Amino acid sequence: MKRIPPAWLLALLLTACFTLATLFVPRAASWNGQSQSDNVFKLLFGEGRRLFGNEMFIMADAYFHSGYYPSIFDRPVTDHDVAERSEGTTGNEDSTSDDFLGPPPDWIAALDREFVPNRHTHLNSGGPTGDERDSSVEEILPWLKLATDMNPQYVDAYRVGYYWLSRLHKPEDARDFLLEGVRNNPGSSELLFDLGTLYNKDFHDANRARNVWLAAWRTWQARDTNARTSVEGKRLGDDITINLAHLEETAGNWPQAVRYLEMTKQTSPNPDAIQKQIDDAKKKVTGGE
Amino acid sequence: MNTIWALAGVVIKELYRRKDFYVLFVLTALITVAAGSVRFFQDPNIVRYVKDLCLLLIWVSALLITIATAARQIPAERENRTIFPLLAKPVTRGQVILGKFLGCWLASGIALIVFYAFFAVVTGSREHYWPVLDYFQAILLQWIMLGIVTAMTLLGSIVFAAPSSTVTIVFIVVAGILFLGRHLNTVALHNPEPLRSVIYTIYFIIPHLELFDVRERVVNDWGLVGWLDCGLATLYAAAYTGLFLLLTWLAFRRKSLT
Repeated sequence: MKRIPPAWLLALLLTACFTLATLFVPRAASWNGQSQSDNVFKLLFGEGRRLFGNEMFIMADAYFHSGYYPSIFDRPVTDHDVAERSEGTTGNEDSTSDDFLGPPPDWIAALDREFVPNRHTHLNSGGPTGDERDSSVEEILPWLKLATDMNPQYVDAYRVGYYWLSRLHKPEDARDFLLEGVRNNPGSSELLFDLGTLYNKDFHDANRARNVWLAAWRTWQARDTNARTSVEGKRLGDDITINLAHLEETAGNWPQAVRYLEMTKQTSPNPDAIQKQIDDAKKKVTGGE
Repeated sequence: MNTIWALAGVVIKELYRRKDFYVLFVLTALITVAAGSVRFFQDPNIVRYVKDLCLLLIWVSALLITIATAARQIPAERENRTIFPLLAKPVTRGQVILGKFLGCWLASGIALIVFYAFFAVVTGSREHYWPVLDYFQAILLQWIMLGIVTAMTLLGSIVFAAPSSTVTIVFIVVAGILFLGRHLNTVALHNPEPLRSVIYTIYFIIPHLELFDVRERVVNDWGLVGWLDCGLATLYAAAYTGLFLLLTWLAFRRKSLT
C-alpha cells in the first residue's frame, strides 16, 4: 500500500477539523441557551452581571463630575446629577454630591485634596475648566452603555443615555439605544414616551410619535393602580396625554386634543391650568365648526 | 558612590533580562488597545475610559515590577552565595542596601517612562493633544511613590523568610494603603474609643501612598497639581523612604548571611 505523505495527512485533518467546526459551533452555542444577541458580559458573568449595572451607572455620574465623587466612606449621593434630565436642573446648586468632603480634618487630608479632583463641576458645563466649549459630556456614554449591557432591564440608564445622545445631536444613536431598551423592556411606558418625544422633536415625524405615544399610553393604562397613582406614574401619564394633546392641536384635530386634555386633567397636579387649555381648545372646536 | 552606582547598574540590567516587564507591558498594551478599539455610539472623541483603564494597568504593572524586583534582590544574593564575594570587596552592607534601592528605583523609573510613552501615544492619537507637563508630573509623583514601595519591599525582604511572602505581604499592604489610606480618618470618627485612637494612630503612621496618585486628575483633565504641593509630597516621601532604608540597614547589619 502506498504511503500517504504526512503533509497530506495534516491537510486532511485540518480540513476535517474546519468542516466539523462549521457544523458544531452554531449548534454548541444553543446548548447553553446562548444566542447571538448575548453580549460578552452575559457569557462571562451570567445573570450575576445585573449586580454591576448600578455600579456602571454610578461611574457615569462620577465621570459627569470629572471624578469629584464621594466614596463609600463619604456621605452617600441621593440623586445622580447625570440623571437630572427633563427638568433641566443639571446646575451645581441642587446637587447632593456638592461639597460632600467638608473642611479637611487634618494636614494629610488637606494635602491629599490637592492631588485629587476637588471641585464640584459638571461635564456639560465645561468640567474642570468651566469653559462650555470644552464640554465633553460624551465621556459618560460608555458607562451608560455598559450599565444597560450589564442590566438590560435598567430603564433609567436607557433614558439618561437617550437624553444625552439627543443633546449631543445624535438622534439616530438615541433612537437605536431606545429601541434596544424597548426590546429588552417591552412594557416600559417611560421608554416608549421617550421614543415618541425623540420622533417628534428630533425626527419631526408626528405620525410615528403619535403611534409610539399611544403605545406608551396603553402600557401606562395596563399598569397596576399603585404604579399609576404614584407621583412618577401620574407625571408620566400627564406627560403622555399632554404631548398627545399638543400633537393633535398642531394637526388641527381639536376634538381629539380636548379628549386628551380631559384625560390629563384627571391626574394633573394643576387641573385649573389644564381646564383653561381645554376651554381654549373647545373655543377652537366651535370656531372651526 | 561609584560602588552604589555599580550595584544599581546590575539591578537595571536585570530588569531588561527578565521577562516580567515585557509580559506586563504587552498585557497592558493589548488590553488598552482592545478597549480603545471599541466604539461607543460611533463617537471617536470618547477617550477617558481608555485613559482610566490604561493608567490603572500602568499602576498595577509598575507596582508588580517594583515589588517583585526589590523583593528578590538580597535573598537571591544570599541564595546564590554571591553576597560573600560582594561583601569581601570593600563594600559595606549599607552600600549594598543603597545600591539595591537605587537600582530598583531607577529600574521602576525606566519601566514607567516606557509605559507612559505608550499611554501618551494611545491617548494622543484619540485626543490629538499631548499634555506633556501633566504626564511628566504624573510619572514623577508615581516614581517618588515607588521609592517608598521599593524601600518598604527591601525591608520586607530582610524580615520575611522568602521573596514570595515578601511580595504577597507588601502588595497587600500597598493595596490596602491605596484603597483605604485616605479614608482611615473618616473610619476612625465612626468608631468608639479606644478603637478610634488606634485607627487614627495607624492613619498618621502609614505612608500615604495615595497622595501620589493623580490618575483622576489626568483622566479628567484637571490640570497640574501645584508644584509647592508636589514639593511637600516629595519631602514626605523622602522621609518615609529614608526611614524604611534605615530600618532595612539596621535589620541587615545584624543579619546572619549563612
